[in-house]
Amino acid sequence: MSPSPYGIVSYAAYLPRHRLQCEELGTALGIKAGRGARIAASFDEDSTTMGVEAARRALPGRGAPEALYFATTSPAYLDKTNAAALHAALGLPHEAFAADLAGSARSGIAALRAACLGGGLAVLSDVRTGRPGSADERDGGDGAAAFLFGAADEAVAEIVAHTAATAEFLDRWRVPENRAGEQWEERFGLERYLPLIEDAGQRALKAAGTGQPDHVLLVSPNAAVRKRATKLFPARLSVSGSPLGHTGAADAGLALADALDRVGADETILLLSAADGCDAVLLRTTDRLPAARQPEPVAGQLAAGRPVSYTTYLTWRGWLDREPPRRPEPDRPASPPSARGERWKFGFTGSRCENCGFVHLPPARVCKECGAVDAMTPVALAGARGTVATYTVDRLAYSPSPPLIDAVVDFDGGGRCTLEIADGAADQLAVGTRVEPVFRRLHTAGGVHNYFWKARLTARTAADVSSREGTG
Amino acid sequence: MSSNGIRDRVAVVGMGCTPFGEHWDRSADDLLLDATRECLAATPALAAEDVDAYWLGTLGSGQSGMTLSRPLSLDYKPVTRVENYCATGSEAFRNACYAVASGAYDRVMAVGVEKLKDSGFSGLLRSDPPGDGTAPELSLTAPAAFSLLDPAYCDRYGVDPAAMREAMTHVAWKNHANGALNPKAQFRSVVSKEKIERAPLVAGRLGVFDCSGVSDGAACALIVRAEDALRYTDRPMYVKGLSLVAGPARGAMDPGYDYTTFPEVVHAAADAYRQAGISDPRSQISLAEVHDCFTPTEVVLMEDLGFAERGQAWKDVLDGAFQLDGRLPVNPDGGLKSFGHPVGASGLRMLYECWLQFRGEAGDRQLADLRLGLTHNLGGRPGGCVSFVSVVGPEPG
Repeated sequence: MSPSPYGIVSYAAYLPRHRLQCEELGTALGIKAGRGARIAASFDEDSTTMGVEAARRALPGRGAPEALYFATTSPAYLDKTNAAALHAALGLPHEAFAADLAGSARSGIAALRAACLGGGLAVLSDVRTGRPGSADERDGGDGAAAFLFGAADEAVAEIVAHTAATAEFLDRWRVPENRAGEQWEERFGLERYLPLIEDAGQRALKAAGTGQPDHVLLVSPNAAVRKRATKLFPARLSVSGSPLGHTGAADAGLALADALDRVGADETILLLSAADGCDAVLLRTTDRLPAARQPEPVAGQLAAGRPVSYTTYLTWRGWLDREPPRRPEPDRPASPPSARGERWKFGFTGSRCENCGFVHLPPARVCKECGAVDAMTPVALAGARGTVATYTVDRLAYSPSPPLIDAVVDFDGGGRCTLEIADGAADQLAVGTRVEPVFRRLHTAGGVHNYFWKARLTARTAADVSSREGTG
Repeated sequence: MSSNGIRDRVAVVGMGCTPFGEHWDRSADDLLLDATRECLAATPALAAEDVDAYWLGTLGSGQSGMTLSRPLSLDYKPVTRVENYCATGSEAFRNACYAVASGAYDRVMAVGVEKLKDSGFSGLLRSDPPGDGTAPELSLTAPAAFSLLDPAYCDRYGVDPAAMREAMTHVAWKNHANGALNPKAQFRSVVSKEKIERAPLVAGRLGVFDCSGVSDGAACALIVRAEDALRYTDRPMYVKGLSLVAGPARGAMDPGYDYTTFPEVVHAAADAYRQAGISDPRSQISLAEVHDCFTPTEVVLMEDLGFAERGQAWKDVLDGAFQLDGRLPVNPDGGLKSFGHPVGASGLRMLYECWLQFRGEAGDRQLADLRLGLTHNLGGRPGGCVSFVSVVGPEPG
């Protein structure tokens, strides 16, 4: 193929904070599950919310993309475009195109190709689950990556070539009504994939007119391919697989983000994704990369995190049906008020009084401070930081994962809002704790996901606390 | 703004109140009938058909005036149903008083009822219009919302959290001790401070004993023109001041609000005090029934109602200032804490205690030398609420 006029101008990954200890899993089930930890999305995270987090990290300082391609194997909705929720949460202009590419690991490559061909934002996000004790549960991972494609002359990495090979065979599959996927004997898939990987990879190198690439990334839903990932295709400097276990449609993206965190300028990366065929994407990094890496590298996010117990994890994924608090479940959010308040509910946008500057969360028409009517300017606070004024742990309230923790948050530059605290950490909360808004799924009622913003302890606060814990 | 008041223009000449509690065998209809019959039986000079109009308060145990007219089989009388969160009972009373004061009616009954224990859930249930799912009150329960007062108060006034815990415990202990003397209270036993502090946590540092009882019950009052009062009873209770404010819900949005006060209560108290001619509530008020929905609420209310200096209420509580033998007895009947909190009935229950105390009918918890009583009723939560304050007395003038 001919070189694309678009290249990757910024990228970011989002890894959820919770870690499931494989040893605990093994003990609970009486099986050998090895050591190490699995990255687990919280109960209030799904492919949409994690995609929002990755995209928010990739977008600052950049113009709004004209298109958003959202790839996942775990869409929060069918029949409704999940990319529209991302579009709203990111505050993109309504002229922007937004679509899902949902269903299989290859959807991730599809999003990258679409954004590469026409520019725009590719968001790859997934929550991978499996039956208790399964390889998918133990070896999978949850996370998201986002890549903004813009003018090639501003790129941190250019797409030099991409090739595809498609083959129909039953290796990994899942019927839509099931939460857990199936796997044929993995050695069968391996036999099928080996020539496809070789073919797609060599054609990409040939199209680019280059020899051995500097770096090879090989990802696949097939566990046998993953086990041999570092041996199947040679590279001059490094060969690696998925940085955190198979993450479905996000796998290729997380591998690429991880590579962009560490490879040098003017180096080639051959990304091979063996899923129902094989896709090969050959990239060349530019000298802009070292100064434009994502602020929180994949490796750093991997090393952070807090443990979640296996029983809690099973409850979050719906495999363990625990007794709820004796409280009614919340009503489903109604469509018309949600649509009227789209900028508030999805974009965390309040209003600032043009007369006196008082900030209203949610937006109000009459100023609480000076009484001015309809003299308001929208103020987006999704990127703001705030301080906890007071807080509480509610052990009576309905929550998909009790207890519910709420804090009154005062935002820098004005505005107060009572928000739920995300990712636990009640023990680290105090008056004065620093927090930031994060987009989450509060609950699901009547088949409707209630998306809104929560507050999470800032990375700095969390790091401060963990270092304190470390020194005992 | 003018708030002219109706001081000494109306009087209560009869009251009724069911026991509060988990009345598995009584419906809201039964409770309404029991309370109103008790009231009428105690007012022999007045027959049921003499009541000109009714105001019925209920948060969620029925809609419209028919909630009352149907079980009582009223003959085509005007019945208005009102709702104002947990101040619903007081709101029924307030509107009934205005109906008489206006001259539109001579004899009006205010009735409040709530049947909470049929829901199958703990605590209060909300019934909200369809929304976008973002309002924090949809997720945060009432105990959690009021528990916000505790760390904020400690932080603002530099109070050792252990001392604040002691003050909260003291409120629960006092109100349980008072309720133990009240045959109509939901909880009628003294609870030790150790037991209060060992109770399972509900929200923040609030345990089960820091929360008001969830109960069924009904209460009512008969209101007539003050000049007619002695025709119905030799010991009427005169209305000196009535105030209700609904806040702009500013605190929830205003970083200047520190969760150590209810501005709505401060405003309602100032208005009621002005109407009643009260300049020093601490010396002029003899007993107060306040909205002790949760123990830190009662601590903060002592300051908002002017019974204690800012930042000092926790000390006054621990010094026993608000006990039956203290300088200003608060919640002598046990309060929401131990009498129970059937929402629509609570405001009238508070007045019922003033009524009994003024008449010398309060039994083992009878107070002496009573001049003025105060009732305070609150609906909503810190950051945005409605607040009601009344001042009542046994003598006109």
